[in-house]
Amino acid sequence: MLTFTLRRLLLAIPTLLFISLVIFLLVDLAPGSPASDIPLTVPPEVRVKIIAAMGADQPVFVRYFLWLKQFFWVEPAYWIDAQWGTQLAGDAQRIISWQSRSPVFDVIAERLPQTLTVIGTAYVIGVLIALPIGIYSAYRQYSWFDQVGTFIAMIGFSVPTFFTGVLLIVIFSVKLQWFPSIYDTTLQVTDWASFKKQALQMTLPVTVLALYNAAQISRYMRSSMLDNLGQDYVRTARAKGMSETVVVLKHVLRNSLIPVVTVIALGIPTIFGGAIITEQVFKVNGLGAALIGAIHGNDLPMVQTLTFIFAVLIVLFNLIADIVYGILDPRIRYD
Amino acid sequence: MKLKTALMGAAALMLMAPAAFAERGADGNANVIYWQAPSTLNPYLSSGTKDVEVSSLVLEPLAGFDEKGNVFARLAVDVPTVDNGGISADLTTITWKIKDGMLWSDGSPVTADDAIFTWQYCTHPEGGCAQEARYQGVSSVEALDPQTIKITFDTPKPNPYQAFVGATSPILQKAQFEACMGANSATCAEQNFNPIGTGPFMVKEFKTNDVVTLVANPNYRDPAKPAFATMTLKGGGDAQSAARAVLETGEFDYAWNLQLAPDVLAGMEAAGKGKVINAFGTLVERIEMNMTDPSADLPEGERSTAKHPHPFLSDIRVRKALSISIDRSLLVEVGYGSAGRATCNLVPGPEMFAATDNTECLTQNMDAAKALMDEAGWLVGADGIREKDGKKLHILFQTSTNAVRQDFQALIKGWWTELGVDVELRNIDGSVYFGGDAASPDTFQRFYADVEMYANNFDGVDPEPYLAQYTCEKAPKPENQWQGENVNRYCDPAYDAMVAELGATADMAKRAELAKTLNNMLTKDSFTVVALVDRGRNSGHSNALGGVVLNTWDSELWNASDWFRVK
Repeated sequence: MLTFTLRRLLLAIPTLLFISLVIFLLVDLAPGSPASDIPLTVPPEVRVKIIAAMGADQPVFVRYFLWLKQFFWVEPAYWIDAQWGTQLAGDAQRIISWQSRSPVFDVIAERLPQTLTVIGTAYVIGVLIALPIGIYSAYRQYSWFDQVGTFIAMIGFSVPTFFTGVLLIVIFSVKLQWFPSIYDTTLQVTDWASFKKQALQMTLPVTVLALYNAAQISRYMRSSMLDNLGQDYVRTARAKGMSETVVVLKHVLRNSLIPVVTVIALGIPTIFGGAIITEQVFKVNGLGAALIGAIHGNDLPMVQTLTFIFAVLIVLFNLIADIVYGILDPRIRYD
Repeated sequence: MKLKTALMGAAALMLMAPAAFAERGADGNANVIYWQAPSTLNPYLSSGTKDVEVSSLVLEPLAGFDEKGNVFARLAVDVPTVDNGGISADLTTITWKIKDGMLWSDGSPVTADDAIFTWQYCTHPEGGCAQEARYQGVSSVEALDPQTIKITFDTPKPNPYQAFVGATSPILQKAQFEACMGANSATCAEQNFNPIGTGPFMVKEFKTNDVVTLVANPNYRDPAKPAFATMTLKGGGDAQSAARAVLETGEFDYAWNLQLAPDVLAGMEAAGKGKVINAFGTLVERIEMNMTDPSADLPEGERSTAKHPHPFLSDIRVRKALSISIDRSLLVEVGYGSAGRATCNLVPGPEMFAATDNTECLTQNMDAAKALMDEAGWLVGADGIREKDGKKLHILFQTSTNAVRQDFQALIKGWWTELGVDVELRNIDGSVYFGGDAASPDTFQRFYADVEMYANNFDGVDPEPYLAQYTCEKAPKPENQWQGENVNRYCDPAYDAMVAELGATADMAKRAELAKTLNNMLTKDSFTVVALVDRGRNSGHSNALGGVVLNTWDSELWNASDWFRVK
């Protein structure tokens, strides 16, 4: 298992380097330029200077290697300096966003908490709803509960979040005025009143996302349960005179969870990626909103850094999912 | 002793009385939403309207523009003019005097050194200052004494209200930004996000592209203002949700730039929580005619250059026919509602610069247009398309991808088809079209099409630099990497001469006269620029917010110090 993990980690390095190059070229070759955001009232000669000050006039490979150096050397060095007061980074240039002329990692650090709070909560709630629904739907297959569950899952799957989000805002913010339509990122939870405010402003975005997440995971859970319920060992367990609770929750559920856990693990990077649309609709302004804003503004360093971090997380969680699979199911051996 | 104490107490009370009547911070918190979130609060590092406007709450220039476009003093004692001796008779210097007792929000005095520093900061060759145009022609800025600033221009400057006037040219604090000159500007995120200013508010917390928390500036020059103790300026989302938050849910007090369909806004306004306000500036949606041949048959480097005049658009009758066949009022109704009005002018304002005799194009005249085409020799062929010497009248019409622009294209295509023109429509993503990439064939400067549509305006109230964009030398061509504003490749020596004359004229009435003539030369006399719609600005405020005056000549938040809570 250890050699497997090490091998996978080593293999991840060229994979990630390749991904970073592909992302860089894709973002760079895509039509558009940061100059398109400069109003036409700015004269051409000033425009040229602005672009030069950003470094956007350099050839693509110069910029790529500069970015690699900044990402893998300057930024970690800077972080170590900040932690232990060393002087590794010196005054090397950090990765600077073209939009705000501030370090990209400062923006990420600022955005991460609200993304994790909202999207993370939605994911946890989605999982907590999905598992019981999936289990019971499978156990009582084709019952009315299963039918309703399937119906709701289909809605969660097929209705896009930009529709459910706006629908909820129109009903609960505009008509009923129960919840705010705009997320206040400056709110600090210090007492019960501010906690209540936080809970209120999280309700709508979390509902939208939890519905979407629960729809997916409950289907996995259900089909995995169905696979196991028909197995011989279930019949054996029943023949031994075990109660239905023990059969379902101890024998079947444990075996059915193996693939579901890996699906849940694979979904975790999407929490960091933020939910671009939902964040936009409720103005949560997390990482997803930062990414879409950077794409609109042709802010290449920001887009590149964010997408690359997502790529790292996806590779990492794929590995974690594989390892967890091996731990949960002793039949699986990678060596 | 007791009497003395009592008298002292009375005196102290007398002193405090004005403070007691004053109401700085009495009205709590104001919530403002900018659906494009501010990225930085240093307007010298961003040309985005959102950044410039939000920073105007904190940073101030010596003088600003009011809602009518007049210059008024902010930090300065008064506005220098030739009459009061503030501007030298030969128009090469302007001398500003800072009011007594002006303090930065950190309590230190505002001095002429800060202004000098600001000029050096923005004109540093490596800084990439976005507002450098405001300092063009300035040869020196000196301090005559700590409160007097003398700006010298390298040539006579009829309009000297550029440097340190308006939200795009505020004064930075030297002490704070000293280490941020030139290439260092990018490492100064802390300063750029939390500038120390003289405006009604100061930054408490800035989250880039998200939210700005502001508190009233304790050293603001008017002790009674601002009425709001704090202000939260949230960004993000889209115009529709911003409008909803002000007009329907009432969560926010003010929403900026509500570019929405007229019926959507009216529907939201009906909720009764707020109202939409609008004002007109100088933004004009227009069709530009290509005076050169964009034909793909020409070799690269000669296409769309002065070498080859346009095969049919160089005939003024064709251009005029294309212009008067358009029903501008219908375009306004479809695209902009109350935030638009039909115009034939390239310079629609300020009032004194707007030509009043250029109104012919406002009424659609299809018959006259057809007659003009016939006269020009373009006769209707068998398929309904006009032709001349065996060549069909085919027009490639390009613009950026944008719902309203595509509606306009479709409508205009309808009228031109009726006129007998075969119209091919094309839309290009805005980031490419306006991207100015010299290697891209699709930029609006390259203009590889017969006609193209976009909107443009000018900064401030003086149209001179704007009109000067149409001189011969400003034409984009391969030699200047296709940079330049004269996208039509319009070239008229008489026009160039008059632009030079405008640059040397100080008398306001004469300047206005010249500007109108230049405007007419481009529009009604030559139909090079076919103006369509004068686009105003819609913003919204809740009924609970008072004192709002929409200003299109300066920052929209120009008078936030006067805002108050309606009780």
